[in-house]
Amino acid sequence: MELQEIINSLSLEVKTPGLDLHREVTGGYVSDLLSDVIGNANKGNIWVTLQIHLNIIAVASLKELAGIILVNSRNPDTDTLKKANAENIPVMTSTLPTFELVGRLYALGLRCR
Amino acid sequence: MPVEFRADLHIHTCLSPCADLFMTPRNIIEKAATLGINIIAVCDHNSAENIAVTHDLGRKRGITVIPGMEITSSEEVHILGLFGSLDRVYDMQEQVYEHLQPGENNEDAFGMQVVVNEEDEVLAFNKRLLIGSTDLSIDRVVAFIHGFQGIAIASHIDREGFGIIGQLGFIPPETGFDALEISSKTPRDKAVETFGMYRSIPWITSSDAHQLEDIGRKTVGLHLNHATFEELSLALRGVEGRKVIF
Repeated sequence: MELQEIINSLSLEVKTPGLDLHREVTGGYVSDLLSDVIGNANKGNIWVTLQIHLNIIAVASLKELAGIILVNSRNPDTDTLKKANAENIPVMTSTLPTFELVGRLYALGLRCR
Repeated sequence: MPVEFRADLHIHTCLSPCADLFMTPRNIIEKAATLGINIIAVCDHNSAENIAVTHDLGRKRGITVIPGMEITSSEEVHILGLFGSLDRVYDMQEQVYEHLQPGENNEDAFGMQVVVNEEDEVLAFNKRLLIGSTDLSIDRVVAFIHGFQGIAIASHIDREGFGIIGQLGFIPPETGFDALEISSKTPRDKAVETFGMYRSIPWITSSDAHQLEDIGRKTVGLHLNHATFEELSLALRGVEGRKVIF
């Protein structure tokens, strides 16, 4: 599934509008511990988190994730978005809490893989 | 009779992946000297490999360098450990390395981890995943620090990322921190208003400098007889007129 489709279906707000959103999403991962994401997320995953610290971009870049969705309308720091643009990691926000958002991602067919 | 010293007890060097490469021991000591800071603590993420050189340079310039480390617990809470000697910080480093998340640093993603000498020459690149977490809980990190006669400080409790309150919601009273750190971003009045319930533990404020211009942006006043680790330890307990002025 393409990232752009997910953004459209879930009405996500794109915080990095300059980046290409036509990229394949292989699955999803949910965690607020960066070390857990480093250990367990897979390449091409969309990552759902409430962490807004700059380090999420480095982790996403390391793991070659397809993008990051921040829940509950969490507003990323300016530094985080600057780094996201530099590292080509799309960052989106959703007004939904994690439980609701992940339920919808699952309903779209995404799995943890 | 104690006199006042200025201290910045949380400074990173170029060994921390997220720190600027200009954060060499020599530059740090020169900057601290220019600002009239008497005591600094070097606290890199999960490593102590640039402390000995900073310590030596500090001695030449009359600045006390306390060996320290900013340790990442399994809950991704940052905890400062300050120690009385290089041997003790290396004891801590051994434990941290044993418990650090496996993996190699990715310089493109996280930044370089540079070990340098007194002349700012590169001696080595630390390959460990210093940005990662240990598998030690907060309680175990604090127990290790105390086991090596160190001072355990909860880092930047006012910061959402990697602060204990941001990660866990509140500070468990039985944790046994010797001090709490308020970051440079929260003014004193605001900190007292927000975190007043934790006022029974001494507070410090420090720069958490990752680049040279950050050094000394916040410092803490220490009333000590001498600029030493032992005196700092006594000041945190308010022994015989020594004190910490937040």
